[in-house]
Amino acid sequence: MYRTAKGEEIFVIDGHTHFWDGSPANQKNIHGKQFIECFYAYHSNLSPPSEKWPLEKFEKYDAKTMFDDLFVTGYDDMAILQPTYLTDFYKNGFNTTERNSAIKKSHPDRFILNGAFDPRDGTKGLENLHALSEKHKLKGVKLYTAEWRGESKGYKLTDKACYQYLEAAQKLGIKNIHVHKGPTIIPLNRDAFDVADVDDVATSFQDLNFIVEHCGLPRLDDFCWIATQETNVYAGLAVALPFIHTRPGYFAHIISELLFWVGPDKILYGSDYGIWTPKWLIDKFMAFEIPADVTKETGSVLSMETKTKILGLNAARLYGIDVEAQKKKIRAGGGYAHLPEAVHAAP
Amino acid sequence: MNERGDRDQQVGGARPRGRAAEVWQCLQGVTDPELDESVVELNFISRVEVDSENRVYIEFRLPTYWCAANFSFLMANDMRRAVIELDWVEGVSVVLGEHMYADKINAGLAKGLSFQDTFGVEADGDLDDLRRTFLIKAFQRRQVVLLNHLAEAGHAPATVVGLTLAGLGDLPVDDEGTKLIRRYLERRSVVGPARADALAFLDVEGARLKAESLSSYVSGLRRVGINAEFNSALCRGLLSVRFDLETPFVAKSKTSSTNAGSQHVP
Repeated sequence: MYRTAKGEEIFVIDGHTHFWDGSPANQKNIHGKQFIECFYAYHSNLSPPSEKWPLEKFEKYDAKTMFDDLFVTGYDDMAILQPTYLTDFYKNGFNTTERNSAIKKSHPDRFILNGAFDPRDGTKGLENLHALSEKHKLKGVKLYTAEWRGESKGYKLTDKACYQYLEAAQKLGIKNIHVHKGPTIIPLNRDAFDVADVDDVATSFQDLNFIVEHCGLPRLDDFCWIATQETNVYAGLAVALPFIHTRPGYFAHIISELLFWVGPDKILYGSDYGIWTPKWLIDKFMAFEIPADVTKETGSVLSMETKTKILGLNAARLYGIDVEAQKKKIRAGGGYAHLPEAVHAAP
Repeated sequence: MNERGDRDQQVGGARPRGRAAEVWQCLQGVTDPELDESVVELNFISRVEVDSENRVYIEFRLPTYWCAANFSFLMANDMRRAVIELDWVEGVSVVLGEHMYADKINAGLAKGLSFQDTFGVEADGDLDDLRRTFLIKAFQRRQVVLLNHLAEAGHAPATVVGLTLAGLGDLPVDDEGTKLIRRYLERRSVVGPARADALAFLDVEGARLKAESLSSYVSGLRRVGINAEFNSALCRGLLSVRFDLETPFVAKSKTSSTNAGSQHVP
């Protein structure tokens, strides 16, 4: 919960968090080591110096650290756990639904547990998706179309097999399809940023929502174009948001273009925890205004109402969260007991 | 591993010293296709050596272990092509370090294989198409910066869209303008023949721009610049963290004063 100076309460849903194990003990090979080090480089490069972690903490953090960073020190009210399997790199996977489910179980009112599928897993994968959905009552999945799998270096949402999975998801009530389209992870010459396949499936599956994580960066131009065409395509801000510290002028351009093309109702905040932490991201975001010269180009303004939508209301709508009821639950569980001290600690 | 100290290191005595400098000069003109910036300015080159038989050895590294194999291959090829043009060069060896496909790429490069032959079934795209895609983006980025500059300098849309290439060359501009025109002209041939009497400004289809819609055309290109800036900022930052570079933004080549400052066009 973020409280403004005037005392307005902003309900925050973090659209993108991970509970990973990238520690040496879990690394299967050199790729596992390089993967977590690449994440760490993102963390080190874009975080304010005071927010940098030692590599050891970054490789593997415990559930309490995560809970505190998100909900006590940070302003998140709820967080969506997005899995990243990477079973070719990590012995027990990097950040699986199973691993995430433990932290969800301890704090059921705080977390939304998402699943994953990979159409290259065939019929068995479909069965697993049914089982996973039944067990965890999934409302969303996270897909990595550029993930390495044996000889295959990725897939497209438009592949025939993927259509079968999306049909299954629709039947199972999994409405939110988060697709990683952005930097990192092995884009051989399949284009990991290419969003054309999202355009196609968004038209074919009108009942599903497609949240393009990292808004297709660096191909923001292509993404804005398809998101304008399709009413069920959303922008996930993870990775774009931390630029608010190192390159605020650049962030102004991104958010201004997104507001112009995609609109305030279709942008979702995400910290990408543990790469970045909610406290500083939201402090900076709440203090941020689009400079006049950028507003002149697009007419976009980051009003309080828009910030409230991006930080929580848009995700609440996608995931069917009744904000007032949820606040009551969290308050009843003592979740806001720390608030008078911690929330106003922001400079 | 940080090999920055090897910049001036050569094998074979005093003679190649000037030749290594020539190689650096050559590499200055090789760009990362996506960032549209020199691989030297980006700090990608970690080592240049020239041996006593005039064979050139180049080593480079990239911001992440995962950087796209096709771009890596493309840059290595471009380096070889640029350096082999020097008339004294007897051979060029380009080696990529600390990359997940380093072994495969280096073996392909050493044998003179194409990207397709190097990666076989894993490669499913044409590198020439990819190169063209990014040349177009580079063209657009350089064009929009120049158009903005000319507009700010008070040149009317009707004048700008009617300029020939000769006319653009004759335009009285400041130093910044001169630099932007030079950079634009390097990419102008992407969209059509660059004869002196040809129009200076065309869109990517090769059609002339219209004075009345020039400002909306320019805003349409704005996002190309935003993408480029994202890449540039991220790549420099990641390289800096990965190789512990203290000052990744400083252009290091002493021979590159004409290009210094070309990064970070808005």
